[in-house]
Amino acid sequence: MSEPLQPVIVGAGPAGIRAAERLVRSGLRPIVLDEGQRAGGQIYRRPLIDDGRSYRSRYGSGAGKAQRLHQAFEALLPAIDYRPETLVWNISAPERGNQLDILSSGVHRQIGFSQLILCTGATDRVLPFPGWTTPGVYTLGASQTALKAQGCTIGDRVAFMGSGPLLYLVAWQYMKAGARVEAVLDTAPLASKRHLLSLAAHAPRIVALGLFYGLQLQFAGVKVRHGVRPEAVLGKGKVEGLRYRRRTLKGERVETVTCDALAYGFALRPETQLADLAGCRFRFDERDRVWLPERDALGRTSRTDVYVAGDGSGIAGADAAEISGELAAVAMLQDQGNVSTDVARLLASREAILRERDILERAFPFPVDWFETVPDETTLCRCEEISVAEARRAMTAGSITEINRLKALSRVGMGRCQGRMCSAAATELLSGACGVPTGEVGRLRAQAPVKPIPLGFGGGELEARS
Amino acid sequence: MRRRISVDVAIIGGGLVGSSAALAMRKAGLSVALIDKGYCGAQASGVNYGGVRRQGRPPEQLPLSQRAHRIWPQLRAMIGIDAEYIRSGHLKLARTEKDFAKLETYAETVRDYGLGLELVAGSALSKRFPWLSAKAVGASLCPDDGHANPRLVAPAFARAAERAGVTVLEQTPVRAVAATGSGFEILAGDDIEIRCRQLVNSAGAWSDRFAAHFGEPVPLTRIYPSMVVTEPQPLRLPVSMGEQGGSFYGRQVARGNYVMGGGRGLPLADPDYSRPSVTAASSVMQRAIALFPHLAEAQVIRFWSGTEAEMPDGNPVIGPSETTSGLFHAFGFCGAGFQTAPAVGAVLSELVTEGRSTTPIEAFSIGRFRKVAVETAASL
Repeated sequence: MSEPLQPVIVGAGPAGIRAAERLVRSGLRPIVLDEGQRAGGQIYRRPLIDDGRSYRSRYGSGAGKAQRLHQAFEALLPAIDYRPETLVWNISAPERGNQLDILSSGVHRQIGFSQLILCTGATDRVLPFPGWTTPGVYTLGASQTALKAQGCTIGDRVAFMGSGPLLYLVAWQYMKAGARVEAVLDTAPLASKRHLLSLAAHAPRIVALGLFYGLQLQFAGVKVRHGVRPEAVLGKGKVEGLRYRRRTLKGERVETVTCDALAYGFALRPETQLADLAGCRFRFDERDRVWLPERDALGRTSRTDVYVAGDGSGIAGADAAEISGELAAVAMLQDQGNVSTDVARLLASREAILRERDILERAFPFPVDWFETVPDETTLCRCEEISVAEARRAMTAGSITEINRLKALSRVGMGRCQGRMCSAAATELLSGACGVPTGEVGRLRAQAPVKPIPLGFGGGELEARS
Repeated sequence: MRRRISVDVAIIGGGLVGSSAALAMRKAGLSVALIDKGYCGAQASGVNYGGVRRQGRPPEQLPLSQRAHRIWPQLRAMIGIDAEYIRSGHLKLARTEKDFAKLETYAETVRDYGLGLELVAGSALSKRFPWLSAKAVGASLCPDDGHANPRLVAPAFARAAERAGVTVLEQTPVRAVAATGSGFEILAGDDIEIRCRQLVNSAGAWSDRFAAHFGEPVPLTRIYPSMVVTEPQPLRLPVSMGEQGGSFYGRQVARGNYVMGGGRGLPLADPDYSRPSVTAASSVMQRAIALFPHLAEAQVIRFWSGTEAEMPDGNPVIGPSETTSGLFHAFGFCGAGFQTAPAVGAVLSELVTEGRSTTPIEAFSIGRFRKVAVETAASL
């Protein structure tokens, strides 16, 4: 006799943990599948081996939240089926039953689910520029992970570049950790920061923290520049510096900064491939400039047994992820008819954060001119080694107006990352070339496996549970 | 505003058959409209394995296949790219004596067609193919068979046809088609009206609808390949491989990826779409490890599937309609149309301009299903 199906939560970051907690409170025992080695997600990532650092030193102003989340998870452990180091690499099409293909310690399994809550998180949004694949160039998120999880920095003399609150936060964390911060190069114009004034009324703590990081960096003598456009990484085989342009009152200037590592990023992009494989309907989100699974305020998707929460359902940050995780669990319980929870307070908190997020987006805007300024020789797709010029040629030669067609004819997005890293840039490039809004060139269709799996797994166990 | 187009020939379906036919007909001086509901070459022509293979085809396909064999090396001159076409050789393995006997029989059957098959057995096998790790009784090599990149060929034919003056209408589904006595009228897309003297139905897995519309129902079924691709690996596999008595096939592309297939994918609720099957992919992966143990640590980076059309006797439908003057069919290539398609385009051009094909196509007549259709209808 087969066991009854359990609800499955994918991801054990802020959203996944709070979703699990809510289900457990209602007497359920969810399966929690986590690609990480320890729960906490990216933002509250924990070291594999305790290095004696305090929460304060590891997570800074987020120490309290990190500690509360980790404690909540530890308390949950006996009540959930937690499976770390488990990659969900496929979801069966809706008409073929509720099956997940998972890979855990080299063993392939298929497991069923009664309901699915996808808390798949986000990665850095990458926009290529000349030299971005040089060893020593990291994303902002990766450079922060190095610090949090391994207690190391990406270099001794580090420059930070891009747009987003993470830019100042990570630079400040590096300074505190003893790295020499050579520069903070904000691609947004200084004037965009005026939007923070309107944010101060809603979220004084965020603005105060931002100011604090910025001022401390400036007081320490760190070069902070605005309106920057990267020109090229200096150095072959390793980072020796960065040449960039910036707009000043006297016009454009070209400057260089010497560094042995560069951290950069342009906010985050959600991981939505599993929602796509699950057959959820998508819509284009103007703010995140990306296609997202359609969701209601609680996280219900177009598929009745699949819910989404956290940054994987739209970038809103860790606090919103905790709330949306709980909301998705409530939605699931409501749909089973066994709970009547007043969610007004949670919804209001999430709404408030989303409003703040709108303002932050204006203070740290996306560089909308990227597609027309990125030089031809830049590598666009690093997996397949396709340059911007090759992609542009393919677009013209094939009269391409759709992103999957670009993939088919140019190989952009066809490599190891399956477009997870390059599709944001490729989409901007294609829509720019076509002269249409970003949302009108389509989205890359997700294909299993969503991340590479070893060929050898085929010989492993195939354990079906349904 | 309604757009009106008047051409000599309209072609429904911009796969490799339709797009190569469009180019050939334009070169023959005809005005042509090439119509595709999506993008040219995005269905079976673009999602197949990429084998450019004659070995293993039934004898009745070989004249067509040989004609195509002469076209493939001319791609660069015809369409501006070689589409990664190489004559790598196609090696068909036999794991058992019985399977090897089948390879021997096949070689004997097709001896007069000039495939140049070489049978290799026993200890000669590892001498001849030192990279081969799997146990096998023997193999049959077709040295001039090879492979190409399916994603590139049909779109390049369509673009070349467009440059030559063909009206290429992509994202333009045909909504209605009717014979007018002197030709055909087609309504396509939102508001395009096409009049033509002759009509080609090369709509792949969607061809049966058009054939049935003209009173020629065919027992077409849809099949879905299940493909697995690894990350790039050091170059080691010099041939395209198949198996007698097995469903595995594989090749290594110039970039280093192993492209492998076997078994079938599964249609989605909307049967225009499909997914690879995890069961089929697992078998492909297991067989790949057995054949190429050096791949044990390699990562699989993607699966793919697509929609192909299959006929019950394994042969395509190519030739004039038996109900409607001026209508020609070319579809149902059973997962093996990639190699022959450019020759089918040339044949269609001959049929349209001269009313006859210089390559024998009698075996592919749509009439062979008339009896089946009548019987099916009678039994309902």
